[in-house]
Amino acid sequence: MTSTETRTTGKIGDSPLRPDGTLKVTGEFAYSSDLWHDDMCWGVTLRSPHPHARIHGIDVSAALALPGVHAVLTHADVPGLNRVGLEHLDQPALAEDVVRYQGEPVALVAADHPETARRAAKRIVVDYEELPALTDPRRALDEGVPQVQPGGNLVRELTIRRGDPAPQAPVVVALDFEVGMQDQAFLGPESGLAVPDGEGGLDLYVATQWLHVDQQQVCRVLDLPPDRARLHLAGVGGAFGGREDLSIHVHACLLALHTGKPVKMSYARDESFFGHVHRHPAWLRYEFGASEEGRLAYAKADILFDGGAYASSTTAVVGNGGTLGLGPYNIPSVTVDARGVYTNNPPCGAMRGFGCVQAAFAHEALMDELADRVGVDRVEIRALNGMRDGDLNITGQLIDSAAPVAELIRTVRDLPLPASPEGERDIRDLPGGASNTTHGEGVVRGIGYAVTYKNVGFSEGFDDYSTARVRLELTGGEPVATVHTAAAEVGQGLITVEQQICRTELGVDRVVVHPKNTFVGSGGSTSASRQTYVTGGAVKAACEAVRAAVLRLASARLGVGGLRLDGDKIVSASGEVLASLADVLGAEAVEETVEWHHRPTEEIDPETGQGNAHVQYAFSAHRAVVDVDVELGLVKVVALDTAQDVGKAINPDAVVGQIQGGSAQGMGLALMEEIVVTDGKVRNPSFTDYLIPTILDMPPMQVKVLEYADPHAPYGVRGVGEPPTISSGPAVAAAIRAATGKALRRVPVRPEHITL
Amino acid sequence: MRIELTVNGERHEADDVWEGESLLYALRERLGLPGSKNACEQGECGSCTVYMDGVPVCSCLVAAGQAQGRDVTTVEGLAGDDGLDPVQQAFVECGAVQCGFCTPGFLVSTHDLLARNPRPSDPEIREALAGNLCRCTGYEKILDAVRTAAHS
Repeated sequence: MTSTETRTTGKIGDSPLRPDGTLKVTGEFAYSSDLWHDDMCWGVTLRSPHPHARIHGIDVSAALALPGVHAVLTHADVPGLNRVGLEHLDQPALAEDVVRYQGEPVALVAADHPETARRAAKRIVVDYEELPALTDPRRALDEGVPQVQPGGNLVRELTIRRGDPAPQAPVVVALDFEVGMQDQAFLGPESGLAVPDGEGGLDLYVATQWLHVDQQQVCRVLDLPPDRARLHLAGVGGAFGGREDLSIHVHACLLALHTGKPVKMSYARDESFFGHVHRHPAWLRYEFGASEEGRLAYAKADILFDGGAYASSTTAVVGNGGTLGLGPYNIPSVTVDARGVYTNNPPCGAMRGFGCVQAAFAHEALMDELADRVGVDRVEIRALNGMRDGDLNITGQLIDSAAPVAELIRTVRDLPLPASPEGERDIRDLPGGASNTTHGEGVVRGIGYAVTYKNVGFSEGFDDYSTARVRLELTGGEPVATVHTAAAEVGQGLITVEQQICRTELGVDRVVVHPKNTFVGSGGSTSASRQTYVTGGAVKAACEAVRAAVLRLASARLGVGGLRLDGDKIVSASGEVLASLADVLGAEAVEETVEWHHRPTEEIDPETGQGNAHVQYAFSAHRAVVDVDVELGLVKVVALDTAQDVGKAINPDAVVGQIQGGSAQGMGLALMEEIVVTDGKVRNPSFTDYLIPTILDMPPMQVKVLEYADPHAPYGVRGVGEPPTISSGPAVAAAIRAATGKALRRVPVRPEHITL
Repeated sequence: MRIELTVNGERHEADDVWEGESLLYALRERLGLPGSKNACEQGECGSCTVYMDGVPVCSCLVAAGQAQGRDVTTVEGLAGDDGLDPVQQAFVECGAVQCGFCTPGFLVSTHDLLARNPRPSDPEIREALAGNLCRCTGYEKILDAVRTAAHS
């Protein structure tokens, strides 16, 4: 990524334009799949066709014999530890004696043309012995089923026990819910370029969410120290969790070191569906006990996540699903059992909403059920039970900043509704659209509500920090700040936020965002809605250190104490302008690097699940309005409106963009997005068969942003990116239930669920 | 094989093109024009949309050989000497760009829509852009950008 600079002014609370916007509309922005190097060759991956098989041998001779092929590699060519994994080192970089899912990488080819490499890969002969596959996660812990990993099929089991162990209540409602496997479906394919340095090391340019953890993983497999494997962020075409695990990283590096040539890898879309983890499918059994008035007395939840063949971030997803899986409600007595298991299905890991998305479908469906049972309005039952500042959540953690559940749900209720359909309608506004399946007959409107919450940042005791280096110097007589972090810009606009913070803290107009790489300390992961909070906090702290150094310089030069920076002027304690920032800096450059940590969290108690597990909570509510053709089972979402507390909107336009985009992904899971896996095999690895919402599917979205500052967070910010993906889907599902009267205990909702 | 074509007003040629290569591959990997994007390479996402003889096409579905002698305009050819095209400007200013991977295709499709229909209604915009997938924005700010470009 080229360094980006803009003269667009804009401090926090403004909405300056993205510094990379012009490059992105002219086609000049260098994404990871755009990279090119003299003399480079192309790498491809041979993957397992079987969900579970033993490998008796791999014969690469025919592949190597193909003209144009430079290398064919297997696990035998891995110089270091042949293991990768975000939380458990359980996955070979290249398969050894067993493959555990369809799509597992087995061998690599480098050739001078991608088609040559693909043809060579087809000539690799792998001697597989198919093994019985475990494909039903509900049987994973039974006796006698195939063992996916040497340590058994349980990744994590989490229990929460709070309050009365045998609670009773006059009103009891229960349900079972099932959530299908969603894909991140970022548009930029997994790709990158590895360039050997001729001295046994290399530079890897790659699209990712966390450069430093990638570097650790690459170095472990390559057996290189960090200074020999330098990572650089290439342009990222979306991420949404799907770039937390490695994709081409180790493979491109292995090929580059082996051939001595730069190696480019770029997955086609079908390979992308096998090349990253997905959102865990989940099976949820919930029970609420409440008073006759609808006040919750207890809740029980049993949640099962299918982790697939390798753990990825299943441990943390179970953590979220368990600790947050009953929603933003006050519940005196709680029993939660959450499990993640290994199967021979595709590995599942991080996706936007991370364990909360699945649970929200269940607790929100059950909250509607409770409302109807006790005769309370569906909005008001949420207001009645919703958390407030000062409450304790189900792990006993104090909610010590705003928790405006009642305000959020009432706010979406009070937003204007779309006009009721009357007379002749444009068929493009109806279910089925231009397919001309109805002119309004059989179409029923429904309205649904949901409210949810999500942790911000990494939890359960993880030291979740970020590092920022800020340099201030004169360029062309004008003060210019350069901000260097390793925090990944994936499209969300972090680089804009970094510039805004520097302008706010240092009084400069010009801020250069240094290319992101591992030459500065870790920025942590671009996930968990955490970068504006954590890297924003680090940039703010580094700016404060620079400002203090500049004022020390000014004091020494001017012989006066008690100075402060006001815009680009140095002023005395009484407010008199004594010098300009430029005068004080002169030929000096002031540079400070700060590692910034947020409030520590704790591991939860292994038996009771109690503890201060999370840093911060973010709340959102949605109202969906749908038209359903109840004869054909087709759904048109007419409106998808939301309210969210963001603490402080650093860049209000970008906040709205995050909320709208996140809402679309949640709606997609409710209506259409599912990786269909049968007998361990993916049936729809393409955008022909895996559908994401188009501009025709999306309705207008009203967004109401609340700003209740979190006193513990920099500028009062609250993470923004994930909550909309959690509350939008359950609202859509509720609206379809309202229109059809069907229970709809599975998402995505298919036409046959409505009509049969 | 050898191909010759005009891209963004300039004559280009490429040698040793394999018959199976797409126009998209030729633009990106042989002609140094990676602006058109490779999100699906199966004609579903629209990120590779270019004009060929004035008609928007998915360049991933056009064989490079089919572009022989044709006139192609890519996202790199939308801006003029006096700066960004109004469609490009509107996408930047309205926040219609997040990751931006879909943006080149949306720009060409929008440019074509406004050439045919300078004042499209919202349903007309949605229909015209239904072949372009975006995963970041939820499309609201893309609609804003198209409306803005139509009025600039």
